[in-house]
Amino acid sequence: MKGQAVRSVPLPKLIFEKSRKGRVGCNVPVADTPEVDLKAALGQVREELHLPEVSELEVLRHFTILSHVNYGIETGFYPLGSCTMKYNPKINERTAALPGFSMLHPMQPASMIPGAMEILLGVQDMLKEITGFDYITLQPVAGAHGEMTCLMLIRAYHESRGEGKQRHTILVPDSAHGTNPASAARCGYDVKSIPTDADGNTDLKALEAALDDSIAGLMLTNPSTLGLFEPNITKICEMVHKAGGMVFCDGANMNAMVGTTRPGDHGFDCMHLNLHKTFSTPHGGGGPGCGAIGIKSHLEPFLPVPIVQRVDGKPSLDWHRPHSIGRVSPYYGQFLMEVRAYTYLRAYGKEKMHEISHYAVLNANYIKARLKDVLPAAYDRPCMHECVLTAEKYKKQHGVRALDISKRLIDYGFHPPTNYFPLIVPEAMMIEPTETECKETLDAFCDAMIEICTEAVNDPDLLHNAPTSQIVGRLDETKAVKELDVRWRTKREGVKV
Amino acid sequence: MPYIPHTVEDRQEMLATIGARSIDELFREIPDDLKIAPQSLNIPSALDESKLLAHLTQISRKNVDLTRVVSFLGAGAYDRFIPATVNAVISRGEFLTAYTPYQPEFSQGYLQSIYEFQSMIAELYGMDVANASMYDGATSLAEAAILAHGVTGRKKIYVSEAVHPHYRQVLDTYCWSMDLDVVQMPTEGGYTKIGELEDAACILIQYPNFFGSIEDLAAARKAATDSGAMFIVCADPVAMALITPPGEFGADIVVGEGQQLGVPMGLGGPYVGLFACKSEFVRRIPGRIVGRTTDHDGREGFVMTLRTREQDIRREKATSNICTNEALMALACTVYLEAMGKNGLKQVAETSVRNTQYTMKALTQAGAKLKYPNAKVFDEFVVELPKDASEVRDKLIDKGFLAGLPLGPYYKDQANCLLVAVTENRSKEQIDAFASALKEVIR
Repeated sequence: MKGQAVRSVPLPKLIFEKSRKGRVGCNVPVADTPEVDLKAALGQVREELHLPEVSELEVLRHFTILSHVNYGIETGFYPLGSCTMKYNPKINERTAALPGFSMLHPMQPASMIPGAMEILLGVQDMLKEITGFDYITLQPVAGAHGEMTCLMLIRAYHESRGEGKQRHTILVPDSAHGTNPASAARCGYDVKSIPTDADGNTDLKALEAALDDSIAGLMLTNPSTLGLFEPNITKICEMVHKAGGMVFCDGANMNAMVGTTRPGDHGFDCMHLNLHKTFSTPHGGGGPGCGAIGIKSHLEPFLPVPIVQRVDGKPSLDWHRPHSIGRVSPYYGQFLMEVRAYTYLRAYGKEKMHEISHYAVLNANYIKARLKDVLPAAYDRPCMHECVLTAEKYKKQHGVRALDISKRLIDYGFHPPTNYFPLIVPEAMMIEPTETECKETLDAFCDAMIEICTEAVNDPDLLHNAPTSQIVGRLDETKAVKELDVRWRTKREGVKV
Repeated sequence: MPYIPHTVEDRQEMLATIGARSIDELFREIPDDLKIAPQSLNIPSALDESKLLAHLTQISRKNVDLTRVVSFLGAGAYDRFIPATVNAVISRGEFLTAYTPYQPEFSQGYLQSIYEFQSMIAELYGMDVANASMYDGATSLAEAAILAHGVTGRKKIYVSEAVHPHYRQVLDTYCWSMDLDVVQMPTEGGYTKIGELEDAACILIQYPNFFGSIEDLAAARKAATDSGAMFIVCADPVAMALITPPGEFGADIVVGEGQQLGVPMGLGGPYVGLFACKSEFVRRIPGRIVGRTTDHDGREGFVMTLRTREQDIRREKATSNICTNEALMALACTVYLEAMGKNGLKQVAETSVRNTQYTMKALTQAGAKLKYPNAKVFDEFVVELPKDASEVRDKLIDKGFLAGLPLGPYYKDQANCLLVAVTENRSKEQIDAFASALKEVIR
């Protein structure tokens, strides 16, 4: 039976509990310049500093033990919807570690970094072509940061036309990622929700009714978070434009479109990309993200500075942009992530780029087809790169929720899908396999899901109590909030608690 | 298909299960006029792995990186020693390729390391709590200002002109979009001069500041308190090993850039923002926080907590739009701080101070003048040269030195000023050679 502990690992302790006075965990540089009186040089010297004191080997063992109780794509299948957990090629890590990239200082004069400019321009050029937009900037450092930057451009655009104050509302479909309304609020906008119709598309009547001269724009995810392509996309963009608004494309789902269709051709004015999703830079446990944005030429005057461009074939930086919104991050964005994305884009190239979307969509439809009898799709249409299934019948008939199915999957050695999102699907399970998974893995996953659905009927508590295979079971989140413990304090050393 | 495993048979079997004849059929909901033909993109051809490495290596060699010049450039990013353990840990696939730890049972390793990170950042800054990281120092500072606006309801953000100029530019952008006003505070003798504060949401001070001077935080705290403003400090985490942390002066929020703690310079990213505050503001903190709790059997474990502040739950009412943070870089900082520990970090800081004091003497003897002779500094200082600092910098590059940052582009009347940083990675020999080269150039 599944659910037994599969390995015996040493239980991790906090590093602070391993600390012994006097130990150092690395071979620290030794000064060969004359000694100085610290008090005289600094005017003050700190007395207390409670950092752990452990040996180098202890540090490594500490993290090796911790890594054994953590799950990554290299550990197993990670069908997390909306997150595009594809293979992160090792060659990307190798190129990003080249000293000619990793040892560059962000304030070095541009004349010293023509190779870096070539990378930035190369990524910009390829993304421009893949997305169909006129300009790309790589300055945003994460997806939500890219969304926010696009909204700032929209705001600057309306301000330039004297409509900044009047256009104070951003429309966001009810299926959208939480970052959309949060980013709109961060740009000072009011947020209005637009419903989804019975087929899973944007409700055009509701949209029409919402459009007036107070609308700054619409944020639309395409394919939607339901994994469905919005067939009315061109019309939607026309409607918003007619009302004087701009349309932003949330590019979280670009993996479904690479080499097959281009959002810039759909009528969007701007979009963000998550290079850490579509273009394989590693998620790193929740970051770094990397959030390029694409825009149409009417938003170009407002782009953040500096602009990395080619003048007479040579790379240069343009700082003199009177209408620019300014900087959104301190340097050039996530440069070493751009190196990884560049490496990835060049590995696929012109010949193979479309295979990303082709196989991502094939894999998602395959899972949807294999699970249709146990977990039906929320909308019975061909899905794109992810499928959104509903576990509603298990909740109604057996008191088993999507979360329970997900937790049980952990006992089978798979990372759970995204649950309860999008918000409009009851007991949602959002599954995104990506193109880099082979048929055997998808079959093993589907077999596990089918078996778990049988368990849900026959032995619901098996799911309620899952997982039982890990070093902890379900954790008490209420207690975590009520008895907030977010840092370690040494009682031994008498630090204030 | 470099990373796609499907065989022809796989594809046929899968299509048969789906009930489709071709992959194209799966795309039938996309209107035809919006589709493009495969292989029609105007991008370069695919490269195999061997050619890819050769290609990228060749591009990387066009750059003059810091293995090829001796660097005295700091200004927010520092050439510091990174123990080999850092990369050994952060390149492990279990960490590198993990998602945000939303499934705690499968993510205890990462969650515990974040808890340790929060603990050490709070300790370094002398604050109650720290979050799981922000994008970088600049956006962390901007988020702190917005938090202060939320707490005080006031719209004026007072920032010292001795805060990193790029950070101030990011702050300006964020504040413009939130309809907040940024008011700049001048400096005198290399220190911030806090004048009248009118309806201030907060004051923002860098510590040590952009010119290297260790600001008087007690005076700044008093000025903030007197005007009902929040007191926000952007602090250098390595300096914290030797100087009194902002928490001891009663700072409300302390932010900073974590690059110095084990993250490569990488032309400015990915870096990692640090964010710490007093516990009374913990429910307003942007981004993720990890807490310790127990499972149903009483076993201790870690979860992301205070989740109702975050965008995926709270949507437009969230404390920030931040979703992805810089977890991997925060892990690098965690490994770095644990490998260094108390003694190692103190040695790094002390070595930097010794090297800096020595460089100040050497450059003065070479004909440069200290711009702020009375300032107390940690590892960075400003010299005034008899010539334009950009010209001097450029000439020194040819001699194998990256001399520092010319301040002319950022501060008027400082065209001859150069900001010089000296880390523990510099040696006496390098400093002597640098001073001689400078002497020749400014002669």
